[in-house]
Amino acid sequence: MTNFLKGPWRRPLSTAAVRAPDEIAASASGPKLPHALQPGERTYSTLHFPEPMGVELKDVSVAYGTRLAVAGITGRFAPASLTAVVGPNGAGKSSLLKAIAGILPLRSGTIRSTAGGTSDVAYLPQQVEIERTFPVSVGELVALGAWRSFGAFRRPPSAVFDRVAEAAAGAGLEGLLDRLVESLSVGEFQRALFGRLLLQDAPVILLDEPFAAVDERTTEDLLRVVLQWHEAGRTVIVVLHDLGHVRGHFPTALLLARSCIGWGDTASVVTEENLARARDTVRGRTEGPVLA
Amino acid sequence: MSEAYGLLIEPFASFGFMRTALVACVALALANGPIGTLLLLRRMSLEGDVLSHAVMPGAALGFLYAGYSFAALSFGGFVTGALVAGSAGFSARLHPKRREASLAAFYLLSLAVGVMIVSVRGSNVDLMHVLFGTVLAVDMRGLLFIATVSSVTLLVLAVIYRPLAVDSFDPTFLRSVGAGSGVFRGIFLAAVVLNLVASFQAFGTLLAIGPMLLPAAAALCWTERIWPTIALNVVIGMSADYAGLLTSYYANLPSGPAIVFASGIIYGISLIGAGRTRLRGSTAIEEDRR
Repeated sequence: MTNFLKGPWRRPLSTAAVRAPDEIAASASGPKLPHALQPGERTYSTLHFPEPMGVELKDVSVAYGTRLAVAGITGRFAPASLTAVVGPNGAGKSSLLKAIAGILPLRSGTIRSTAGGTSDVAYLPQQVEIERTFPVSVGELVALGAWRSFGAFRRPPSAVFDRVAEAAAGAGLEGLLDRLVESLSVGEFQRALFGRLLLQDAPVILLDEPFAAVDERTTEDLLRVVLQWHEAGRTVIVVLHDLGHVRGHFPTALLLARSCIGWGDTASVVTEENLARARDTVRGRTEGPVLA
Repeated sequence: MSEAYGLLIEPFASFGFMRTALVACVALALANGPIGTLLLLRRMSLEGDVLSHAVMPGAALGFLYAGYSFAALSFGGFVTGALVAGSAGFSARLHPKRREASLAAFYLLSLAVGVMIVSVRGSNVDLMHVLFGTVLAVDMRGLLFIATVSSVTLLVLAVIYRPLAVDSFDPTFLRSVGAGSGVFRGIFLAAVVLNLVASFQAFGTLLAIGPMLLPAAAALCWTERIWPTIALNVVIGMSADYAGLLTSYYANLPSGPAIVFASGIIYGISLIGAGRTRLRGSTAIEEDRR
């Protein structure tokens, strides 16, 4: 039945389902998660407020082989800021996000978190990077969010399993904890990945195209989770293509075209002029700058 | 009743080599359960094929220097297997879009080099042994080696199962939480090579991957969850071992190929049987929608 994480998924789920939300908030230990996602409801107050953590980039370059994905990025994601990373395809948005997440090594430069402590970063990959046919249940996927509390070899603390049901509910996925992720729709799978992020509860959250191929209702729910993170003082960095979302909800923006075209107030960065410049930069150098 | 006994049990009761062969195959099937399932789920069947060929040049070198010395064959096989595992990973990184091309190159090269080395000193009979194995010639020492490899494999996989599964599913996750994923991949590949070396004497270079992949492929037709797949995989593997050994005994056929043939038959039955049920299931759903 279970796979790489043994957990009594059913038990906390069924008990959580009959308890009132505030009762859950009172009984569960550890950080609180937003569970009821009704329009207009301000559930972020149940989140805990960690010391906000910023991210500083100094002359950051990331390369695949000899091809530079991004070069010479310098700047700062302020603590508790909400930033949209925009730019044409091939602009190096995903590479920059992966570099911040510690997945891609840096060719040059430094990335450090401004709070000084360990840079606890939660990362949402694009769905294509995940091998969904591997038999993993939704409960197991969400529980991975608490990885730092059990790691590769230890038994997960039992509190994790209660929080898994909460986190899944917070992402709008109730009653599916035993399902294999293969059987989920794209939207449900994205909700499950958000459940993992909710459980991870990191001060810095990186999302790579979280709303790609996801229906309107799911986008709305997930966007609300993102805004709640922002209100709770998380530093959230989102790669996005929908400029309507960017202009409507994201106070700061970083426009990339292998290098930084603009970084700051969204209204002054995401302009038609800048976007055209970004398109030209990427189109003019499809192979990118080559390292000497 | 006694007729069935004579037919099904008697060959193993009267001949020691049949018993040893059966126990060796059963031990291999135990480790092949998780190894084969993970290889298929990670879409690494081609890598498995390459590694089974990669065992050959080393084993052939061992044969060149020490003849049919079990230790020399196994040691040589493990060294070249590990070497190719490492360089295949490296070449895949050099040219990621043509990964299969470099893997195919590795297995063809290994096979060519291995055959040339064997023919320097050995006869055609030796070559046949290296290519297709001699499961009936497994002796006590070989059996002990196989049993040890199988036990160690099961223990190691049990320990690293969680990170390995996470790495198979979402390879970026482990690195994003600061747990290296390369280590676990490396350990897994080492376990694959070790099991191929253990299977080498029984099934030879060309067939060693068969008992690893075919029962796993058959099991995956019937189940989705991982533990049922591994369990079914082991059961199918053992059944194929038993059926293949009996067939080879009565029809006077080479036993390694007979065993692989038996698992191939089970795979075919599973593919058709489970596929038909699945087809029927999906049409039922469609009719439901209407």
